[in-house]
Amino acid sequence: MTKYVGQSIKRKEDYRLVTGTGQFVGDIRMANMVEAVFVRSTHAHATIIGIDISEAQALEGVHAILTGKDIDGKIKPLVQFESHCALPPNLVEAINPTIHFCYEDVLAKNKVMYVGQPIAVVVAENRYVAEDAADLIKVKYETLPVVVDPFKSLEKGAPLIQEHLQSNIQSNFHVTTGNAVQSLKDANHILKARIKTPRVSSNPLETRGVVSTYENRTNQLHVYSSTQLPFEIRTYIARSLDLVEQQIRVTAPDVGGGFGPKGGVHPEEIMVPYLSKLMNRPVKWIEDRLEHMTSARHSRDQIHDVEVAYNRDGTILGIKDHFIIDSGAVNYFGLTCAYNSAYHLRGAYKIPNYDSTCQIVLTNKTPNVPFRGAGRPEVVFVMDRIIDMVARKLKMDPVEVMRKNMIQAEDMPYDQGILVKDGAQLIYDSGDYPAALDQGLKMVDYEGFREQQKKWKKQGKLVGVGISTYVEGTGAGPFESAYVTIDGSGQVVAYLGASPQGQGHETVFSQICADELMLSPNEITIRVGDTANLAFGAGTYASRSAVNAGSAIQIASAKLREKVLVVAAAMLEVKSSDLQMENGKAFVKTQPEKCVTYKEIAEAARPGNRCKVPAGMEPGLQVTHYFVPPTVTFSSSVHIAMVEVDKKTGFVELKGYSVVHDAGKVINPMIVDGQVQGGIAQGIGAALYEEIVYDEKGQLLTGSYMDYLLPTSMEIPTVEKSHQEFLSTRNPLGIKGVGEGGAISPPAAIANAVVDALDPLEIMINLLPISPSKLRNWIKEAERKQYKIEVG
Amino acid sequence: MEGIKIHLKVNGQDISREVDPRLLLSDFIRENLLLTGTHIGCEHGVCGACTIQVNGDPVRSCLMLAVQADGCEVKTVESLIQENGELSHLQQAFSDNHALQCGFCTPGFLMTLSSFLEENSNPSEEEIRKCISGNLCRCTGYSNIIKAVKQAAQTVSN
Repeated sequence: MTKYVGQSIKRKEDYRLVTGTGQFVGDIRMANMVEAVFVRSTHAHATIIGIDISEAQALEGVHAILTGKDIDGKIKPLVQFESHCALPPNLVEAINPTIHFCYEDVLAKNKVMYVGQPIAVVVAENRYVAEDAADLIKVKYETLPVVVDPFKSLEKGAPLIQEHLQSNIQSNFHVTTGNAVQSLKDANHILKARIKTPRVSSNPLETRGVVSTYENRTNQLHVYSSTQLPFEIRTYIARSLDLVEQQIRVTAPDVGGGFGPKGGVHPEEIMVPYLSKLMNRPVKWIEDRLEHMTSARHSRDQIHDVEVAYNRDGTILGIKDHFIIDSGAVNYFGLTCAYNSAYHLRGAYKIPNYDSTCQIVLTNKTPNVPFRGAGRPEVVFVMDRIIDMVARKLKMDPVEVMRKNMIQAEDMPYDQGILVKDGAQLIYDSGDYPAALDQGLKMVDYEGFREQQKKWKKQGKLVGVGISTYVEGTGAGPFESAYVTIDGSGQVVAYLGASPQGQGHETVFSQICADELMLSPNEITIRVGDTANLAFGAGTYASRSAVNAGSAIQIASAKLREKVLVVAAAMLEVKSSDLQMENGKAFVKTQPEKCVTYKEIAEAARPGNRCKVPAGMEPGLQVTHYFVPPTVTFSSSVHIAMVEVDKKTGFVELKGYSVVHDAGKVINPMIVDGQVQGGIAQGIGAALYEEIVYDEKGQLLTGSYMDYLLPTSMEIPTVEKSHQEFLSTRNPLGIKGVGEGGAISPPAAIANAVVDALDPLEIMINLLPISPSKLRNWIKEAERKQYKIEVG
Repeated sequence: MEGIKIHLKVNGQDISREVDPRLLLSDFIRENLLLTGTHIGCEHGVCGACTIQVNGDPVRSCLMLAVQADGCEVKTVESLIQENGELSHLQQAFSDNHALQCGFCTPGFLMTLSSFLEENSNPSEEEIRKCISGNLCRCTGYSNIIKAVKQAAQTVSN
């Protein structure tokens, strides 16, 4: 019955975006609007002694300057986001977490905790004047000892980042199944490694931005933000400013990329609305790129110390992992990345004994939040490096070790023996990982490549192949909403809680709705990104929108279809089971000329004496459905990278990249392929180029695109894509999430490929990015070891 | 600050304005002329989102002052659409090939490429890659953009 689901329908969004008529936050302008600029900390850790605003205030065109003292008692500090941090009781019992509350003032009051933290805000006629004024503000600091290394942060006597805490350990937990300690005793071999993923920045091309306007008559704030979570922002503005939610409308207009860090609520999203109410006029703030690099939250930054128990045939018996997440100065997202890491590490593998302890550590860096993959790229890098290292120790092909340990199709649904973050048992719902591996190997002609590789290496051409697999829990709850209605003109309009940042929601959700209501996607209007449309909404993150909003609109549309048929039956005086629907009409199956249009049905459903809606049902044609997933659904993938390494320069050239992906039911293949390709591009960036670097004083060394390298068209190959379609058993359409997948595996696949290219030289790539200078050093070190003469 | 009078042609229209000498061309286009299709991504000339054409050449409008455009002919993304509201070949090819996701970098790509295609109507993949290597995209992974350019070139040559 699906007519449009599964088709590569062209996007409805494109016309406005290719003509320059989209509306991003920066494009919004209003009469009487003023612009805000934030003054940010230049120190990573310091007490604020005083802020002199006198010179700035005297500047013509400046309307207001506020510091932390001015908002003291008026704006509550930002704290962890409850909707992402709350843990179900059974999970708490299973992992025994300690979680300490931490916070950040919207404008720092007494001390600053990271470079870039907002400490004052200037509002002026325009951005130019506001920046002039910001330059005239003199902040007197008394510097405090800075800690940027999480291990030093853990030491006794380390400077406290959040002063009310006893230490810099913000949280910790322990998850275990089987007996990893025993497996280390039982195994033929033990491998120990420290594996790190650096801190990176998501860098959407559109920086963050907020426009807020206050309407006196209705006592309403209307806040536009470049956000993934308009509903969350509404909640936090209400909470921080002591307002009720009904006083706040939040709109996410066109949003120029999000990738995770545009989720949550930033200080500016509280401050700008406050200013617009205070000044009773529209206020705009647009983040510049330097601010984005320093103040928009970062991600990754994990260090894993793993011990791996394995036998001489390649079977991995157990893994004991201790890992640290450097959370920067505040942890807003609780155990999100941390527990994602802990529950995803074993991926597609059967490893019966697993023990993972985690510490989330505070340092004087920008807060750390989820970014595309949210804890998975980190542990997939760990797991796939383990597979590769075990294989090389045993002189086996990595594929053999993968096959030896992989979960088989007949094992599905497969129970990994621990819990998902939502408290459900971690059970993979569907998939065939060995088949995906075989499909991937066939795509790259693995056997043929291995033969060729020997010849190339003899000729001095260092080419290598690397493989990574992952299984990803997607479509996280708690819910998503859809409100579908047929208006008086017969037009179908659907409102969804999950707003997009380029994922094509207006297109894919109209495809689902069209199939249920027997229309074409063009006849359906999708409205997203506005809290005025729905009572509740969650948002777009964690590869969840297609799964949850897709299911919500499918069910809401099906319910609406039933109602349309009931009303049409009353109009035509037949039973609704005698009716069929097509092209915006309901007609009697046996007498197609006996029909009513959606417009007529909508009119007949209006409240009043002539209302044809049966007693007991609400008048009007509208249905709201909240889809609550039973738990996450598991996407999976195999990534294969081919590289050539220049030993003299350490430069890695990507010769090819292939992927086999299972996203369950695919709504729009063109969009899914686009997500995969784009995700892989970000993953390649993480593998080879991207890293946020701080010096020992906590100063950011990568504050511009001259220092923070993003991949361009010269570095990203066209990825060869192949699909599996194992339907999820956890939602009506069988959808699995796809948004993050592409970004998860490239670091592991590329690192393994580089190691393979350099073999027999024994190098270990257990940190990223694989920059030419790093790789050159690893090569030199390995060569030194190779030629070293052992004495004694 | 003393204003300086400038005269220029923007998307075929004659414009005369008095501007601050320090006003960026990108801000002039967006704030003074209200042509918000030109996007600002990095303000240091790396990302290419603000690319426009000045006298036919692609230029980063965030690296130029409005006063430097005095006497120039400027084209922004708003100029690409046909008079009847239909998309240009390049715009249509972007949509046909899913060469955009969030669409924020798209105007910059379109302005870089429309100038490029006028000079090279049958580019190779390597030439396309080089041409767009000064424009960053964080969503698409570039490959569909390359496909779109090939389609646009083909449509024009047909």
